[in-house]
Amino acid sequence: METNTDTPPEVTEKTLEEVTVRFAGDSGDGMQLTGSQFTKTTALVGNDLETFPDYPAEIRAPAGTLFGVSGFQISFASHDVYTPGDRADVLVAMNPAALKVNLNMLRPGGIIIANSDGFDAKNLRLAGYETNPLEDDSLKGYEVYSIPITKLTTTALEKLPLSMKEIVRSKNFFALGLMYWLFNRPLEPSLEWIEKKFAKNPELKKANSIALKAGYNYGDITHIFTTRYRVEPAKLPAGKYRNVTGNEAMALGIVASCELSGLPGFLGSYPITPASDILHELSRYRRFNFRTFQAEDEIAGISSAIGASFAGSLAFTTSSGPGIALKQEAIGLAVMVELPLVIINVQRGGPSTGLPTKTEQADLFQAILGRNGEAPVVVMAAKTPGDCFHTVIDASRIAVKYMTPVIVLSDGYIANGSEPWMIPDPESLQKIPVEFAKNPETYKPYSRNKFNARPWAIPGTPGLEHRIGGLEKKHITGNVSYDPVNHEFMCRLRREKIEGIVDDIPDQEVYGPESGDLLIVGWGGTYGALRQATEYLIEEGKSVAHAHIKYLYPFPRNLREILSRYKTILVPELNLGQLSVLLKAHYLIPVESYNKIQGLPFTTTEIREKVNEVLAGK
Amino acid sequence: MTENKTATAETKKLTAKDFASDQDVRWCPGCGDYSILAQVQRVLPTLGIPRENVVFVAGIGCSSRFPYYMNTYGFHGIHGRATAIASGIKVARPELSVWVATGDGDCLSIGGNHFVHLLRRNIDVNIILFNNRIYGLTKGQYSPTSEKGKITRSSPYGSIDNPVDPIQLALGSSGTFIARGIDRDPKELQYVIERASEHKGTSFIEVYQNCNVFNDGAYSQYTDKEVKAEHVLILEHGKPLIFGKNRDKGIRLNRFFRPEVVPLDEAGEGDIVVHDEKNKHLALVLAEMTDDPSLPTPFGVFYAVDKPTYEEEYVKQIEHAIETEGRGTLKDLLESGNTWDITEN
Repeated sequence: METNTDTPPEVTEKTLEEVTVRFAGDSGDGMQLTGSQFTKTTALVGNDLETFPDYPAEIRAPAGTLFGVSGFQISFASHDVYTPGDRADVLVAMNPAALKVNLNMLRPGGIIIANSDGFDAKNLRLAGYETNPLEDDSLKGYEVYSIPITKLTTTALEKLPLSMKEIVRSKNFFALGLMYWLFNRPLEPSLEWIEKKFAKNPELKKANSIALKAGYNYGDITHIFTTRYRVEPAKLPAGKYRNVTGNEAMALGIVASCELSGLPGFLGSYPITPASDILHELSRYRRFNFRTFQAEDEIAGISSAIGASFAGSLAFTTSSGPGIALKQEAIGLAVMVELPLVIINVQRGGPSTGLPTKTEQADLFQAILGRNGEAPVVVMAAKTPGDCFHTVIDASRIAVKYMTPVIVLSDGYIANGSEPWMIPDPESLQKIPVEFAKNPETYKPYSRNKFNARPWAIPGTPGLEHRIGGLEKKHITGNVSYDPVNHEFMCRLRREKIEGIVDDIPDQEVYGPESGDLLIVGWGGTYGALRQATEYLIEEGKSVAHAHIKYLYPFPRNLREILSRYKTILVPELNLGQLSVLLKAHYLIPVESYNKIQGLPFTTTEIREKVNEVLAGK
Repeated sequence: MTENKTATAETKKLTAKDFASDQDVRWCPGCGDYSILAQVQRVLPTLGIPRENVVFVAGIGCSSRFPYYMNTYGFHGIHGRATAIASGIKVARPELSVWVATGDGDCLSIGGNHFVHLLRRNIDVNIILFNNRIYGLTKGQYSPTSEKGKITRSSPYGSIDNPVDPIQLALGSSGTFIARGIDRDPKELQYVIERASEHKGTSFIEVYQNCNVFNDGAYSQYTDKEVKAEHVLILEHGKPLIFGKNRDKGIRLNRFFRPEVVPLDEAGEGDIVVHDEKNKHLALVLAEMTDDPSLPTPFGVFYAVDKPTYEEEYVKQIEHAIETEGRGTLKDLLESGNTWDITEN
C-alpha cells in the first residue's frame, strides 16, 4: 500500500503450506459455530487440519468480559497436521476482550481482523483498555484490519423483517464469509448447512446466507486485503474421509464394536462436560438397536451398564473425572463379578469440578489405582480424535475376551478437537468373537478358560441360573467365600488375568532412531505436539525419538527394553507427573518429567525447547 | 430335580422348591425375611414364567442376600444400586422378569435417588422393600424409616431425623403400582406379590418386616392377635374401607378430606369410602393414615394404574427408526455425514 490512488490496489494471491486461524468473540457470538463451519469447508477442500475449541464453562458469560471469551483455533495445511498450531497467523476478534485474551496466541506480524463496532466504550472498559487498541499504536507489529462487521451486516440485512437483535446475531456469518474469501474457500458447504439448519425459519435462513455472501463479497470488492491466500489440498493417503471430533469417533467406535461383536449395545450415562457429546451422538443410533440410558446420576449410569452387561449387552459408560470418581465403587463391582464393561473418561481439569471445559491428563492414577481393594482393570488411552474409534473397539474386544472392565482415557482436547479421518473399510475391521455359556452340564460361574476369563452366562439360558455379586467369590463355583486362602488366590488370579493381556496387545512402537540421546514418552492427547516436535528435532539433527503409550495397564511387553536404549527419558504430561511415577515404579529407571497443568495442551515449541534444554544438560 | 429329566421347561410344573437355591439361608432365626422368601418362592411357580427368565437383584443389607437363596439368575450388587442395575437389565432385555429385593436403608437412604427414578420411568421391575425400620447388618442404627426419637447405638439420645414414608414417596415419584404387605400375613403378602408381578410397569411393595434382634415388635400392633384387627385396614378394590374385630367400623372423609373412623351403624348412605386403586387422591389419603394412632393402617394395593413402560416406548422408538431409516450397517455408520474422497496424488 505504498501508492495512494483512487483505484483499489490489485489483489495478489499467495500460496501457503500451513495456516493457523483463531476465531474469538463473546461466548454468545457464535465463534464455535463459525469455527466448525470453517473446519468443515476446509476439510472438504482437502486440507489436513486439527482444531482446538477453547471456551468458558459458562454458557453465556456476561457480554464483553475477559472470562466470557470463546475461541476456536484451526490449523490447516497442504501437508500432515498434528496440532492446531502453537500460534495463530490470523486472529479474528469480535470485541476488545477477545483481542486482549488472544493476542498472546498470535504470532508477531500476524493478521488481526477486528470487528471495529465491537470496540465501543463499554466493551473497551470491560476489557480493561484505556484507549482503543485499534486506534492507538499498541498493535504496531501486527497487520490490523479494522472492519465494521456489525454495521456491514445490519446494512446488508436491513430489508429483512427481523429484529435488530436477530440481525446482529448474523455477524459471525459475515466474518466467516470474509475468511472464506481470504483463504479461497467455497461458500457452498456452509450455504447448504444454513439451508438445512434454518429450514424452519426462512427469515433467519435468508439472513445468514446473505451475511455469509456479504462477507465474501466485501473481501472481493473492497480489496481491503491486498493478498489472498491459497492452501493446496494435503497429500493424504487415498481413501474416503470425513471430519471427526474425538467424541464423535468414540461414539462411532462404540456402535462399531457392537456391530463387530453382534451384541446389542447399551450406554448408561449422565451428562457431563466434556463427555456429553458421546451420549448425544449415540442417542441418535436407534436404528442400530443401540440403547442409551440417560441415568439419574453417574452411579446409576455405570450400574445400569453393569446390569445390561449381565443381561448380555456390550455395555459402556461415559463420563469425565468427577463422574469417574463416583463410578469407582461400581468399577470395583465389575472387577469382582468379571463382566465386560468399557468405561470412557474424557478427562478435564481437576480436582473436584476443576476446569470443566479445559483439558488435562490428571486421571491416570485414578484410572489405574482409584478403587478400594486390589482391583486391576485394563487402562488404555486414545491419542488423536480419530484414534478414539480404534481404541474403543480394541477396548471392547479385550473387555469381552477377558470378561473385564476396561477404562479408555480421552481428554477434552481430543474430544472436542477435530481432524480429517480416513474412514476404514468395514471389512478390514476385525470381528469381536463372543461366546455365551450354554451347557448346564459343564457350567461353573467362576471356572476359567486359557485366558483366565470366566464364562458369560446370560439370563434366559435354561439350567445356567446362577448368582454373582460383590462379595468374594469361591474359585470355580462362584459361591460366596470368606476363606482367607481363597481370597488371596482370587486377588492374584484377577491380577494375573489382566497382566496376561500383555500377550494380546501390540508391542510398543517408537518413532525415530532406535536408540539415542533422548526418548520422549507420552500418552493420550499430547500425541500431536510430541510427534510434531520430534519431527522438527530430528530434522535439526538431534538424536531424539518418540514413544506414545496406548496400553497403560498393563504396559506393552517391550517397553522396558525400549526405555533402556536411550540416555534420557523425558515424560511430558498435562499433570504433575503421573506416568513418570508409574514408569519409575515399574522399571526402576530415572525419568525426567515435564509437566504443564494450565488446562491447555502442549505447544510444539514448548516440547522442542524442553528437549533442547534437557539435551544441553541444563 | 428328581422329576422326569426329559420334561421340557414348558411341560414341567415348577414348585416352590424349584426356586430355592442350594445355599444355606443365613438370616437370624425368627427374622421376618424368612416369610418373605417363602411367599416369593410360593408365588413364582404359579406365574408361568420360565425360571431362567427370572432375575433377582439386590443391593446391600440383610434383605439383599435374597438373590443367593433363589434358584434363578441373581445379582447381589452394591449398596443402594440394585434399582439401577435392575433398570439396565430390564431395558436391555425386556422379556426378563426382574425383581429387586431391598431394605429401608438400601432403598431409601443410600439408594433413594435410584428408587425415585425407577418409579418415575415406570420400567417393569418389581421392587420388594423389606422395611424393618432399623439397620440390621451394621448392627442396629436408626434407618430412614425409624420413628423420630428412636434410641439406637448411633442415637443414644434419641434420633432427631424425621422418617420418610415409602408409600408416599412412591406416589410422589409417579409410581404406577404401590402396595403394602407384612411378614406375618402370608396370604395378603402372596396376593400383593402376585399382583405386582402381573402389573406392567414398576411395582413397589413395602413389606413390614420384623427384625427380632434389633427392632423387635416394631409392628406388633399389626400382628398381635388381640389388637391387630383394630389397627389393620385391608384394602380391596371396589369394596368399602371396613375394619375392626367385628368389622363394624368404616372410614369416611370429612369435609376437610381427612379420613375418620365411623361406626357402621352411625354411617349414612354412601359415607364409607369405597376403595378405588386407580384414584391417586385416595391413595395419598390412605398413605397418610399410616401409623396414625386414631386410624387403622392400610395394607394391600393402594394404587395401580396402567401406563406405558419405559422399555416398551424404547423398543417402539427402535422399531420406528429401523422401519423408517432401515437397520443400520457398519458402512452407513462410518460414512454418515459429509465425506470426501482423496485419490492417489
